[in-house]
Amino acid sequence: MKIIDKKQLAPEIVRFIVEAPQIAKKAQPGHFIILRYKENGERIPLTIADYNREKGTITLVCQGIGKSTYEINRMEVGDSFLDLLGPLGKAYPIKKLGTVVCVAGGLGVAPLYPKAKALYEAGNRIISLIGAQRKELLIMTEEMAAISAEIHFSTDDGSFGHHGFITEPLRQVLAREKVDEVVAVGPVPMMASAVKVAREFNVPVVVSLNALMVDGTGMCGGCRVTVGGETKFCCVDGPTFDGAAVDFQELLMRQRYYQEQEKEAFYRCKLEEAGQE
Amino acid sequence: MRQQMPKQDPAVRRTNFDEVALGFTAEQALAEAKRCLNCKKPLCVQGCPVEIDIPQFITLLVAGKPDQALAKIKEKNSLPAICGRVCPQENQCEKQCVLGRKGEPVAIGALERYCADWGRANQAVESTGDPAGAVKEKVAVVGSGPAGLTAAADLALMGYQVTLFESLHAPGGVLRYGIPEFRLPKAIVDYEVGNLTKLGVEIKTNVLVGQTVTIDELFALGYEAVFIGTGAGLPYFLQIPGENLNGVYSANEFLTRVNLMKAYLFPEYDTPIRIGKRVAVVGAGNVAMDAARTALRLGAETVSIVYRRSRAEMPARREEIENAEEEGVVFRLLTNPVRLEGDERGNLTTMVCQKMALGEPDASGRRRPVPIPGSEEELPVDTVIVAVGQGPNPILLQATTGLALNKRGYIEVDPETMMTSIPGVFAGGDIVTGAATVIAAMGAGKKAARAIDRYLAAKKEAGK
Repeated sequence: MKIIDKKQLAPEIVRFIVEAPQIAKKAQPGHFIILRYKENGERIPLTIADYNREKGTITLVCQGIGKSTYEINRMEVGDSFLDLLGPLGKAYPIKKLGTVVCVAGGLGVAPLYPKAKALYEAGNRIISLIGAQRKELLIMTEEMAAISAEIHFSTDDGSFGHHGFITEPLRQVLAREKVDEVVAVGPVPMMASAVKVAREFNVPVVVSLNALMVDGTGMCGGCRVTVGGETKFCCVDGPTFDGAAVDFQELLMRQRYYQEQEKEAFYRCKLEEAGQE
Repeated sequence: MRQQMPKQDPAVRRTNFDEVALGFTAEQALAEAKRCLNCKKPLCVQGCPVEIDIPQFITLLVAGKPDQALAKIKEKNSLPAICGRVCPQENQCEKQCVLGRKGEPVAIGALERYCADWGRANQAVESTGDPAGAVKEKVAVVGSGPAGLTAAADLALMGYQVTLFESLHAPGGVLRYGIPEFRLPKAIVDYEVGNLTKLGVEIKTNVLVGQTVTIDELFALGYEAVFIGTGAGLPYFLQIPGENLNGVYSANEFLTRVNLMKAYLFPEYDTPIRIGKRVAVVGAGNVAMDAARTALRLGAETVSIVYRRSRAEMPARREEIENAEEEGVVFRLLTNPVRLEGDERGNLTTMVCQKMALGEPDASGRRRPVPIPGSEEELPVDTVIVAVGQGPNPILLQATTGLALNKRGYIEVDPETMMTSIPGVFAGGDIVTGAATVIAAMGAGKKAARAIDRYLAAKKEAGK
């Protein structure tokens, strides 16, 4: 659980390589972990962004958007996470399909990468489409480029690549050629749009959901999502689901349930930090 | 006359998380112990799932030897401070007590608690076993709830090298995440778990058996037997419209946020919980009472228990129902939620309920609730906590090939040997029976420990 490498990928986005031999041994694309970094900390789910079975390490990418993730990002090489549980969730089944379009928004590249890499290693042709708010928030571009036959970028502010949402390049690719599957990972609105576009072209679309959860083992049911009209638990039934069947509207509302508390906690955390300086 | 255990005043206790029942004083314990008739054929012992020698420990208490009384209890029960608090004694030992036929039974549970608390306060020597004795085979215990803790303790006392695996970051299972601080202080769980480590049990948290490591791999790691005590941890929902609205919690989630993650201390602790002014808890078991009383303590203005049957059918312990009533929980009986409604932000606003009447007895022997046509009513709510039971968690069951399950999805075991369809793999507690009591799980853990001992001894004999 010791951090052996830390790299700042973008403002407030940090990549950690963590010693976790037991988890690395079992990790597969689609799996996640739950970590607690200190005694009174939350249980935070993070996707396993990569793993090295020989070295016994896993890679985690964390974006500091609230108190816990902000504080995690201030941990250094040599520090240890207090608790690390995993691998959790169902592995994403890797098949040779043909051409797969991998669409990522923002931090979504981290959970997407192990899937894309495994699909590539299974002989699929990968077209990667990566979007972010602005150029400096585009992460893991080299890793993605290395496994992609084609890679395109978009930024909301036009600072790099296509000016606009990543769904627009997606539409162009799907209009241009036959695609066997779309894998979309990112913020809920982005995944919802990517699913809509893929469905217009009748291409199967897979998404990876990041519902709020506590234990990550099926015990609390806090991560329930409606998929195909049925309630599923993101932690044990997912986190990978058939995008066409997911109720994104509900997911988005559920993700926002603790917004006020999260803001309060983050505000206090920043105040304390300011007080210490 | 039976001694009454002092309690915190309801008006005070509904605002704090401190323990409600305060325990007997030394005088009370002595007075109560003296009531025991010390029957030649004690029926109380037959009522105890772990067969504590009740008259003996009470006799020692009367003789002013609480240390020996505790040692006597611990011969059979490794978790007396917990059982003294959460066992349904009224259905077990105290139900059988001869004094109960004409008057009130001896307060056996309260006396058990008294001995355990005395031991904790006076640092009595806890172990009755001989952990320095012959070191036997390695045994893996999966799940650190009541069944696992008991199996681990008993196996360690027999000289086995026990590793206890727990998926959460703290051991105790339902004792940790489920039962609230005001009914079972976590310091007591810590203490009892600490006793286990003193017996030589190695506890490994953050290991989800089935995902982190499989049962097959445990055998490959040198464990000669495995006990599965993973409980019934998968929450059931009502399967009614609106159940995924914000503000609808499973009791598991609600209680885990508060008990394990200490959300009641937010923002000192980072895990949040939201409690509205109006809370409805669906169900009337002990978990429902725990959730309702927790909601009051988090500051809810009104908390209702919504239950589709009548008072007589409520599965919770009478004591817990009384505690909830004293604290101001409202009971809406013969009331069944049919749908939940919310606002445009997906936040819960209303529970639509139907009134029920009791019809003919159903399969459970209880009268079946039948809806009264045209009786729908709207209950304004901010939070709904669903406490209608739990099923088996699928992770370990799906990951273990060859593990036979019954029709309800629980693990099938030989009732005598507690062995599953996989040789060397034993199971007990809620994962076998479905959701039941702490003591029933402990009884199963105890029985399994004996069965594992017999199995390993026979295997060793055969191998010679």
